[in-house]
Amino acid sequence: MKHTLSVLLRNRPGALSRVTGLFSGRCFNIESLCVAETFDPQVSCLTVVTEGEASIIEQVTKQLHKLIDVIKVNDVSEGDFVEREMALIRVKAEAATRAEVLRIIDIFRGKVVDVSPTSYALEITGSESKIKAVIDILRPIGIKEIVRTGKIAMLRAPKK
Amino acid sequence: MSKIKGSQAIIKCLQEEGVELLFGYPGGAVIELYDELCKSSIRHILVRHEQGAVHAADGFARATGKVGVALLTSGPGATNGVTGIATAYCDSIPLVVLTGQVPRALIGNDAFQEVDIVGITRPCTKHNYLVNDPEDLVPVLREAFYLAASGRPGPVLVDLPKDIIASMIAYPPKKKEPIKMQTYQPHTDPHPGQVEKACRVCLKAKRPVLYVGGGVILSNSNQELTQLARRLNIPVTMTLMGLGGFPGTDPLSLGMLGMHGSYAANMSVAKSDVLIAVGSRFDDRVTGRLDAFAPQAKIIHIDIDPTSISKNVVVDIPIVADCKLALQAMNSWLDKCDEYNPQEVAEHHQPWVEQVQEWNAKHPLAYMEDGEIIKPQFVIETLHKLTGGNAIITTEVGQNQMWAAQFYKFNHPRRLLTSGGLGTMGYGLPAAIGAQMAFPEATVIDVAGDGSIQMNIQELATARECGAPVKIAILNNRYLGMVRQWQELFYNRHYASTVMEVTPDFVALAQAYGAVGLRAKTKAEVEPVIREALATKNVVIMDFSIHREEGVFPMVPAGKATTEMLLV
Repeated sequence: MKHTLSVLLRNRPGALSRVTGLFSGRCFNIESLCVAETFDPQVSCLTVVTEGEASIIEQVTKQLHKLIDVIKVNDVSEGDFVEREMALIRVKAEAATRAEVLRIIDIFRGKVVDVSPTSYALEITGSESKIKAVIDILRPIGIKEIVRTGKIAMLRAPKK
Repeated sequence: MSKIKGSQAIIKCLQEEGVELLFGYPGGAVIELYDELCKSSIRHILVRHEQGAVHAADGFARATGKVGVALLTSGPGATNGVTGIATAYCDSIPLVVLTGQVPRALIGNDAFQEVDIVGITRPCTKHNYLVNDPEDLVPVLREAFYLAASGRPGPVLVDLPKDIIASMIAYPPKKKEPIKMQTYQPHTDPHPGQVEKACRVCLKAKRPVLYVGGGVILSNSNQELTQLARRLNIPVTMTLMGLGGFPGTDPLSLGMLGMHGSYAANMSVAKSDVLIAVGSRFDDRVTGRLDAFAPQAKIIHIDIDPTSISKNVVVDIPIVADCKLALQAMNSWLDKCDEYNPQEVAEHHQPWVEQVQEWNAKHPLAYMEDGEIIKPQFVIETLHKLTGGNAIITTEVGQNQMWAAQFYKFNHPRRLLTSGGLGTMGYGLPAAIGAQMAFPEATVIDVAGDGSIQMNIQELATARECGAPVKIAILNNRYLGMVRQWQELFYNRHYASTVMEVTPDFVALAQAYGAVGLRAKTKAEVEPVIREALATKNVVIMDFSIHREEGVFPMVPAGKATTEMLLV
C-alpha cells in the first residue's frame, strides 16, 4: 500500500541526503519526494511517497525518527488529508489543435504558462488522479515534455 | 571575551569531556591541532595506521564504558578510519572521531587530501558534522560527545577544516545543565504498564529464557539482569556481544546462542514459551531461519532503540527503555508484588531448568583430543585457567573469535572486546592496545588467527612504543579457517583462496618489532608458553600451531533453523 509521509527536518546541509541515503541504504522505495522550507526557515518539510507492507512502513517511520536531523514524522495517509501535485506539460499546439488544448486545460482549471508557434506549456495542479487524467487526454495530441513536482500533503484540520 | 585559537578550544573541550587519552595519526590538515595537543595534558597514542587508531579508541571505549576518541587527518587518513567507524557503529560503541579537512575555501575543489568524509560516513555514524563556522566549533564538539554516549551509543564524526582549527574564537563557557536537543530525546524510562505485563508473563511462564545482548553491557545492567534471572530462576543465553552480561560459569548460563551457540541455548530458545530479549536485536546470526526461531514463545523485548523492536521478529511486549532502568523496574515491581513468592516461582520454573541442564549435559561444548596436536579450544581453556578468567580478551574475526567466545567463560562484562556486527578482521590487536592503555595493570590478550592478525600487524610497533604489553595468541592453522570450514562443509572441500602457504615466522616477526615471540607445536608446550607470556612485561606473540582442519561446532548452517545444528 502507498503511504505519504510528511517529515519535518532541520534545514541543514546534508539533512536531505541523510533521508535519501536511509531509503537507498535500507532498500526502501521512494515513489516521489518533495522538499522545501517551512514558514520557519530553520525547518524544511519533506513529503515522501513510499510503498510497502505495514511492517516496512513502520520501519521507515522509526528509522526516519532515528535520524538526528529529523524533527517529526507523520504518516498523513493514516488520516484524512489533502494532497496536491503540480505538473508542467509542454504539448504540441498546431493550428488544428490549439483551440482543443485550451478547452481541455480550461476544463481541468489549468493555465498556459508559455506559448510558442508550435506548443503550449501548461500548468496543472491537483491530485495524482487528476494529473493522470490530464496527461491521458493530452497524450493523443502530442506531449513533448513533462515535469512534475511530486506530491505534497497536509492533514485536514479537525472539524470539531 | 578574549579569543583563543580553534585548536586550543578543541583541546579545552576534550578536557572538559574528561578525555585523557586519544589515538591518532597526524597530517597536514591537523598539524595545527597536533601542535596544541602535544603541549596539553592529553596523552596521544601514535598508531601505525588510522584504522588502528579508531579500533584502539573503540577497544578503550568497550573496556571502560567511556567515549573513545580518535584523531585523523583529512583524505586518506579519514578514509582509513572508515572501517573502524563502521565497526563501532554496528556494535553501538561510543566514539568521537575528529578528522581534519582542507580549508573551507578549498572544499569541493578536489584539493590535495580532500575527501567528503561526512558524505562517506553518513550511513555508518550515529551522526556527523562538518564544522562550517568557527562559532559552531565548541557547541558541535559538545553535542558530539553527548550524542555518542547517550541513548543507543555510537560513533560521531566531526570534520574540522584546517582554517577553522586555526581561527580565533570566543570560547563559550560550558553550561551546567545537560545538553537538550529538540530532535533527539532518547526514551530511557520504561512504561510501567509494559513492565507489569512483562513481569506477569515471566511469572506465569513454564519455559522462560532470557536472551541477552550487548545492550546489557552498554548500559552496565549486568547486576540487575543477574538479580532478575536468579530470583525468577530463568536460564540465560547471551549473544556474542552480551557475553559477560551474566556470569558464564553460573548454573543458569547457557552460554552463547545462534550459529555457533551451545546445543542447550538453541534448544531452549526453540522450545521456550516466553523469550525475554534484553538489549539484543534478533540478528540473523542469532535467529537462523526466522520462522523457526522461538516459534512458541511470547516475546518480551527491552531495547532503547525503537527501530530494533519488531524489525526481524514480531514482539508481543515491547519495552522501549534503557536496559538498566527497565530491569530495575522489573525487579522493583517484583519486590512490591504480593503474587510473587520467590520459592514458588523458583519451583515452578525448576523442571524447565532441569530440562535445559539435561540438554547441556547431553551436548556440552566439547572437542575431540588428538594426541599431541594442539586443539585451539584447549589453548583457550588454558588461557582461561592461567588468567583465572580475569583477562580482557579481544579477538580477531573468524574461528578464533568463536572459540574464544565458546571456551573462555566470561564472568564479567567488558572483558570480551570483539567485532560482532561488522565482523572486522584486524580489530583485535589495536583494540587490545586501547584496552591496555585504559587498564595498564590488566592482562589483555588478543586471540587471533594467522590470517586476521596480519590485517593490522603494524600496530605491534604502537604497542611497543606506548608500553602496552598486550599478549597475542595466534591460533595458527595456515588457513582462513572459518571460510575454509564453510568450504569443507558446503563447497566440497574446494579450498578456494583460503590456503595461506606463505605465513610469516611470527616469532621472528615479534622479535623484529622488539617484542617477544614464543611458539608451541605440541599440546605439552601450550601451558609453558602461556605461563611465560603472562610473566613477560613486554608485548608477546604466542604462535600456536593448531590442528589445521579443526572446525567450530556446534554450527547452524546458514538459512537453517537453529535446532538443525551440526555437532562435534
